[in-house]
Amino acid sequence: MAEDVAIIGIGMHPFGRHDNTGMEQGAYAARAALKDAGCDWSDVNYAFGGSSAAGNADTMVSALGLTGLPFINVANGCATGGSALISAYNAINAGAADVCMAIGFDKHPKGAFDPDPADFGLGKWYGDTGLMLTTQFFGMKIQRYMDQYGISASTLAKVAVKNFHNGSLNENAWRRKPMTEDEVLNALMLSNPLTQYMFCSPGEGGVALILARGDIAKKFQKKPVYLRSAVLRSRPFGSFEVFNSWLSPDRGNSPSVGAAAAAFKMAGMSPSEMDIAQVQDTESGAEIMHMAECGFCEDGEQEDLIQSGATNLDGRLPINTDGGCLANGEPVGASGLRQVYESALQLRGDAGAHQVPKPIKTAFTHVYGAPGISACTVLSR
Amino acid sequence: MTKQIPVAEELFTWPSDSPQLIGTHYPDSGVTTFPQSTACPKTAAQNGERVLLPRVGKLWSWTIQGFLPKSPPYAGKETPKTFKPYGVGYVQLADEVIVESRLTTAEASELKIGMDMELVIIPFSTDDDGNELVTYAFAPVKK
Repeated sequence: MAEDVAIIGIGMHPFGRHDNTGMEQGAYAARAALKDAGCDWSDVNYAFGGSSAAGNADTMVSALGLTGLPFINVANGCATGGSALISAYNAINAGAADVCMAIGFDKHPKGAFDPDPADFGLGKWYGDTGLMLTTQFFGMKIQRYMDQYGISASTLAKVAVKNFHNGSLNENAWRRKPMTEDEVLNALMLSNPLTQYMFCSPGEGGVALILARGDIAKKFQKKPVYLRSAVLRSRPFGSFEVFNSWLSPDRGNSPSVGAAAAAFKMAGMSPSEMDIAQVQDTESGAEIMHMAECGFCEDGEQEDLIQSGATNLDGRLPINTDGGCLANGEPVGASGLRQVYESALQLRGDAGAHQVPKPIKTAFTHVYGAPGISACTVLSR
Repeated sequence: MTKQIPVAEELFTWPSDSPQLIGTHYPDSGVTTFPQSTACPKTAAQNGERVLLPRVGKLWSWTIQGFLPKSPPYAGKETPKTFKPYGVGYVQLADEVIVESRLTTAEASELKIGMDMELVIIPFSTDDDGNELVTYAFAPVKK
């Protein structure tokens, strides 16, 4: 893959809880990304964006300028940001645009999501009887995984401890207070084996990225980061997802397996060549399982890797260097773009207190969500 | 006289002394869905047949719902004060299908992947007339 598509500008509204609207947080991120890219809104000739609960992204043009550009709203659940990025990537590759914006933002009410069964093709009975909770799925997926592959509760807690530590070093993160393993393990059990501090919370925030054709990137940005691949996959038969009233005994792979493999293939690189990774950590167990699903280790190897600190900032493969979803919360529309923002920041060497100490050239991102979608990217300097 | 009303029609056989879940079996792929469906998710075939599922199986995974779910969609009438955690799991019924279900126990020490489970019908709420709303659940098989 040639140096076809570059990220020339990155902008972020801090994640957390704020008084301004989700849309305003998106516009803030867009202005920051344009400033970072050294370009004007009028230079952008295509935009893709979305939120799941904070309005139509394209209405933002009234705050950024009515330039008449094509702006397509993207709605793809937890992969909304990733889908916006892939759309921008494809638009540039297709020759439809030279400079593109991908934007995601959101603002969710407090507490667990409360989706409508009908939106997921399920009968009303499923919600009536108390099965319509994403937290149950996460509990049951890692429960079986721990039983099959010998992952301990201590390892679950260590993932949260690491991500809260990384978040404490990141000024854009929501949760900035480090926690101990005991504090995580002894917290309220929400969905056995997962405690309160092993889960991320719905939150707020916005991220914008400005992409450009690789050959013009340096006109805007001294330190462009190249998007080597961007891939989205939906679920194959036999995968285990949120809100499945039944599963086939003929078990299959998660959509993350296919998305990650395709992203590495498109980039012409392998998981072992990645210097850092951001993987979906909706809860601690998800980060553990996604390490294997994305190809970074075999099932069960996470126990030693995490216990030995291999995924810490100073480890062999730092994971979720900005604190991940656990420390940043999950504004659904923005979450996948946050991972790419963080990767670009790290690749440029601009991550400050949470910059990984080793020199890095490559990065990987992975987002996963309902009803079984995954988006992955491979980036390099 | 209060009645027991199933949460949905055609989810399980009711009333019955030995209730069974009702699914759809697709003869070409061998796939069985629960509840019933109109197309096979593997082959898209539309020639599914209504089948009654085995009443016993093995626990495939489990969790315990530790907090009161939001209403809607939850139709239970508990308050944060009266709420008691409930078990949720997947139970593999022979080689046919793995079904998601409430469990009759919420004690982690009583749940082990691979243990034998059997279908029961449990009340989970009441309607405005005081009738019991019932759903299916799996209970550990008593030795």
